[in-house]
Amino acid sequence: METTHLETDILIIGGGTAGPLAAIKAKQKAPHLKVLLLDKANVKRAGAIAEGMDSVNNAVIPGHATPEQYVKEITIANDGIVNQAAINAYAERSYDMIKELDAWGVKFEKDETGDYAVKKVHHLGAYVLPMPEGYNVKKVLFKQIRKLGVDVSNRLTTTRLLVGPDGRIAGAMALESRTGEFVVIRAKAVILCTGSAGRLGLPASGYLFGTYENPTNAGDGYSMAYHAGAELSGLECFQINPLIKDYNGPACAYVTGPFGGYTVNAKGERFIKSDYWSGQMMLEFWRELEGGNGPVFLKLDHLADETVSKIEDVLHVTERPTRGIFHEGRGTDYRHDLVEMHISEIGLCGGHSASGVWVDEHARTTVPGLYAAGDLCNVAHNYMLGAMVYGAIAAEDAVDFIAGKELAEIDPAAVDAEKERIFAPLLREEGLSPTQVEYKLRRMVNDYLQPPKVTTKMEIGLKRFAEIREDLKRLKARNPHELMRAMEVHAILDCAELAARASLYRQESRWGLYHYRTDLPERNDAEWFAFVEVKKGADGQPEFFKRPVPDYIYPIAKSELYAYDAMRLDQELAA
Amino acid sequence: MTTTTIEAQHAVSIIVDHDKCIADKGCRICIDVCPTDILILDAGDGKVKMAYDECWYCLPCAHDCPTKAIRVEIPYLLR
Ligand SMILES: Cc1cc2nc3c(=O)[nH]c(=O)nc-3n(C[C@H](O)[C@H](O)[C@H](O)COP(=O)(O)OP(=O)(O)OC[C@H]3O[C@@H](n4cnc5c(N)ncnc54)[C@H](O)[C@@H]3O)c2cc1C
Ligand code: SF4
Ligand code: SF4
Repeated sequence: METTHLETDILIIGGGTAGPLAAIKAKQKAPHLKVLLLDKANVKRAGAIAEGMDSVNNAVIPGHATPEQYVKEITIANDGIVNQAAINAYAERSYDMIKELDAWGVKFEKDETGDYAVKKVHHLGAYVLPMPEGYNVKKVLFKQIRKLGVDVSNRLTTTRLLVGPDGRIAGAMALESRTGEFVVIRAKAVILCTGSAGRLGLPASGYLFGTYENPTNAGDGYSMAYHAGAELSGLECFQINPLIKDYNGPACAYVTGPFGGYTVNAKGERFIKSDYWSGQMMLEFWRELEGGNGPVFLKLDHLADETVSKIEDVLHVTERPTRGIFHEGRGTDYRHDLVEMHISEIGLCGGHSASGVWVDEHARTTVPGLYAAGDLCNVAHNYMLGAMVYGAIAAEDAVDFIAGKELAEIDPAAVDAEKERIFAPLLREEGLSPTQVEYKLRRMVNDYLQPPKVTTKMEIGLKRFAEIREDLKRLKARNPHELMRAMEVHAILDCAELAARASLYRQESRWGLYHYRTDLPERNDAEWFAFVEVKKGADGQPEFFKRPVPDYIYPIAKSELYAYDAMRLDQELAA
Repeated sequence: MTTTTIEAQHAVSIIVDHDKCIADKGCRICIDVCPTDILILDAGDGKVKMAYDECWYCLPCAHDCPTKAIRVEIPYLLR
């Protein structure tokens, strides 16, 4: 249990999507600064984009969409609970980021005239830019990281942040998951880019790592930010996605939609107007499954053979390329078979829904010097390009923040306490395996938190979580790898508890299935048109409060605000 | 001390072709890139093996292998 001490100017935690851009932009702006980018995996192949992406889900490209249209679409998709300034900060830089990625070598689809070939998938506007050859994104980014002289460190799982006596960020602590070293890193600014809480619910398959999200994103960032005193936001707005049953990856409607694919029920009928992922869409999906019209399928069998081949060339090559192996194993051919879909386990993810560490339009959290970017922060529906833009925004602001500042002092007692916490499962003679505790915890998350949310169930869930918190004291790890898993279980439990409490705090229903409470089924704007926030109180317990929705930059009429409610195809007819 | 745990049995979903794998010549690429860090060098035969049933069936190991020695199967529970 050696302790290694490191110092840097800017520390970036998480080298997936937002992290690399933060590193690149910090170095571009201030080449003299020391920038350390670390990941629990290997930056080269870390994160959600390890095998590329098949489309930019939210491109704001002149001639196709304006920042105003985009900000309004996302406001409506999130039932009005957004900080428009934060979404606008993304929208304003979206096009420049695409052009920069293009110049670096990322391939986007273009039409005959050389213009970006944007498609309409959202309910209202056109923002989807296909990347049929998008598998090289990570390689392209890594080349820039190398070129600019960013320090990279792999297999470091950060477990806690350090805060100085004046409340300013001071650094972080990490476990080397192969050697078992304990690493203390002092930094003048820290940018958290640790992604979603993707190991919260248990996939229906029961396989712990069969998650929608990249499973190295266990929710560590939420837990670290919370324990450092930062404000977290919207943890009741879950992420739930329509996925290929059992495979648990996207089907993917954004790719197939523009080719003519769509979602149908067991009768072969369409039932939703837009395949764009939103809580309202998921609610209709759930109703179809529960209402006797299920199962639900992705339908491609009506498409021409060559169209299907084109779809396969995307879906089986980039993003989640084992989709092809999965279908082959079951003898499924898009040409004559429907693809059975299901509803995913729950997660927390700003990139797909609207929850995470609270940040403003500069990616600043409420802890001075601590930034958050990507799926971890609460900039709604930000996806891949939003993660990149927010990484850039955070880094550029951090460079200004640290000017003239020294490293903040670190508290030796906090370092000792963390070392003790991390290594306890290794030192213990015997106990519970991290795998088993994680399985039980995540099964309880399914049983008690998977929407529709029921008050009594969530209360029982909190009791079970409290019991599992006691079990953490019995975790046994046999090596540093298992120790990493044990620490992840701590983070998953924090996320589960905060998600349950936030869900109980918001006493209404909102965002379709994401926060559908059967005992409080109506939306209540009079009392709940606000963010639900949480931070760690002085007594160590979570403190919940409301944060008003900031004035809109682009006002939206009440009649327009809930346009996503009309997601069912038969809705107008019935009205 | 009494035994308090039993070893679970898991189907291996990362299949390594021993004739192709050149780990004995120093290659560690798949071990390096795997995000969940589940591949290790088998001290016995000097080749690579799956050590933890924690695979995201994501493919970097197979795509980056210089000799195409790795076949990724969908984990049994999902198939
Ligand atoms: C299957 C799938 C398909 C998607 N499809 C699309 C699409 O088509 N278009 C689109 O625009 N978006 C898509 N998205 C969303 C998009 O990929 C994400 O929003 C974006 O990549 C998130 O970036 P990030 O940097 O926040 O997280 P990631 O890229 O996941 O990076 C997080 C990193 O943090 C590391 N990490 C976590 N915890 C720690 C810790 N404690 N210490 C050190 N490191 C840690 C992880 O190892 C990981 O490398 C998809 C996502 C998924 C999962
Ligand atoms: S990358 Fe291929 S050749 Fe290299 S160690 Fe792994 S399996 Fe063997
Ligand atoms: S498929 Fe992915 S998670 Fe599985 S061994 Fe290969 S790189 Fe690792």
